[in-house]
Amino acid sequence: MTDLLTDPESVRPTRAGSTVEFRGLRRAFGTTTALDGLDLEVRPGELLALLGPSGCGKTTALRTVAGFERPDTGEVLVDGEDITRVPAHRREAGMVFQSYSLFPHMTAIDNVAFGLRMNGTGKAARRARAAELLELVGLANHAARFPRQLSGGQQQRIALARALALRPRVLLLDEPLSALDAQVRLTLREEIRRLQQQLGITTLFVTHDQEEALSMADRVAVMRAGRLEQCAPPAELYERPATAFVANFVGVMSRIPARPGADGTTVGAFGRTLPVHGTLPGPVGTDGGSGEVDVLVRPEAIGVTADGDGTSQIVGATFLGATTRLTVRLAGGAEVMADVATHSTAGLPVGAKVTLTLPDRPVLVDRHSWGNGGRSGG
Amino acid sequence: MPLLLFAALAFGLPAGTMVFGALTTPETVPGGARFTGANMSASLHGPYLTALLGSVKLSALSALIAAVIGLPVAHAVVTSRFRALRESVLAGAGVLANFGGVPLAFAFVATLGNAGVLTTRFHLLGHGWNLYGFWGLTLVYLYFLIPLMVLTLAPALEGLRRQWREAAHNNGASTFRYWMHVALPILMPSLLGGYVLLFGTAFSAYATAAAMVGSSVPLVTMQIADALSGNVLVGQDNVALALGVDMVLVAGLVMAVQVPLQRRSTRWLA
Repeated sequence: MTDLLTDPESVRPTRAGSTVEFRGLRRAFGTTTALDGLDLEVRPGELLALLGPSGCGKTTALRTVAGFERPDTGEVLVDGEDITRVPAHRREAGMVFQSYSLFPHMTAIDNVAFGLRMNGTGKAARRARAAELLELVGLANHAARFPRQLSGGQQQRIALARALALRPRVLLLDEPLSALDAQVRLTLREEIRRLQQQLGITTLFVTHDQEEALSMADRVAVMRAGRLEQCAPPAELYERPATAFVANFVGVMSRIPARPGADGTTVGAFGRTLPVHGTLPGPVGTDGGSGEVDVLVRPEAIGVTADGDGTSQIVGATFLGATTRLTVRLAGGAEVMADVATHSTAGLPVGAKVTLTLPDRPVLVDRHSWGNGGRSGG
Repeated sequence: MPLLLFAALAFGLPAGTMVFGALTTPETVPGGARFTGANMSASLHGPYLTALLGSVKLSALSALIAAVIGLPVAHAVVTSRFRALRESVLAGAGVLANFGGVPLAFAFVATLGNAGVLTTRFHLLGHGWNLYGFWGLTLVYLYFLIPLMVLTLAPALEGLRRQWREAAHNNGASTFRYWMHVALPILMPSLLGGYVLLFGTAFSAYATAAAMVGSSVPLVTMQIADALSGNVLVGQDNVALALGVDMVLVAGLVMAVQVPLQRRSTRWLA
């Protein structure tokens, strides 16, 4: 696959990156609420990923910026200007769609030049700019091809070039990689990111693929049931999830049964008392009457030590390359995942008795999940 | 091979017989059958030519009007939110598209004829209405041509992706410009194909016109019927066959115009 050019000056937007703000956005489709008071601000020039499960409202939010959905209440602002009532064709927002949206009867160059044709740019000027954009996405020699003569990855690059042709204030990417095969997806997401950074264009990127979001975005906004759950840089989102939902949705979590402390700010697990990150989930005693909770810990944060007197036992091991994921059954029957360096697994065979340890930092706590196997998310 | 055999029997044999008959004199004349250009020449002169041109004019116009009306109707049908309505309209269109002939003629005579229900109720005769003329016949033809166009275009319209419309708007196109620059060019192969189908249907229609207007509107199918039945002159059977050849030639001419247009409009599909 051809690399992108490194000098995109000729296609850089005419202004610095714009801000995008969602203010109290609500949108319902019949009895289904897609957006339930969404508040979010996208900073100039950043790539913000909207991440969440199907039906969480992320695509509706994006389409609201594009003008394809009108919110029931709330506002969308670009650079402080309310564009909620502005028709889609006057929004100055370039969009790349999930599935192939190229006009099938136009060649690649005509597709890219379409917007310029609509705004009255002369034929020579629009073809010159379209050629520049095709070069930018590495497809200069495919200008005369029709969409059906291009691969899926090439079509999405053309769609990206088309979205950039009018120098939009905001670039909207609606799961543009979801229809592509794994290898092309990987390459294209790197290229999109590089191009976005080079152009400095404010970008909203909708995806349900957490790996895609974490690897591409400056910040990731996790959505759930039409609301914003957490918006943070990828590392913060992974290391300090604000809620159990985010913790479960982003990455893999081990759930370790624990007992809340009497003061409501600590929990006891593995014979230790740990401070709670955030708040305990509800009053003690409301969790089925037992008062038990689960501590949520990343598998790589759990320490595993061979111990003949230990009460836990390794019941499975999955080779992941540099690390190996051990499944450990606790004394109470719950199973916990723990990642250890593969080179140190020689003393940790399946069936070995072990002792688990937790990190010395506040832990996220969730209601106890009855019958859980100690694993979630992913 | 079975297809070739079928084509030879169902199409080639009748066509060959027709051409042979058009280019020969009747067996019954003194001297028997011999080759002549008189039948073809007669079919392209006088009332026969007038009828041929009348048929072309009626078919071209009614097909055009049906296409212009059928496109938005088909679009309204396929974009309807109500599935039951959509399916019932399409099923109804299937029935109406095959509702030509004598029953349709009588239905119109009863409603819009000189003594028709609507004609008398709204005093249409006083406003110059005449069902038994060219425009009356055009109206009747539209009754089955529009549903036929709806049926022809519905699958193509269902193939128009929402993303194309949204991408067009996203690139600054208004709804009108989306239709002009995106939707209509994509639909053009279906529109052209539909137009030819409608033209052919109207061009070959006989029973409706025969039951309604008789010979007051000159049509080639009427002339063929008259020539075969000896309604005006006896011994005109071979002229009728020549008129049939004329119809085939007109259809071929329409195809000759349509095929390159179709090829051009489907260049992106190749």
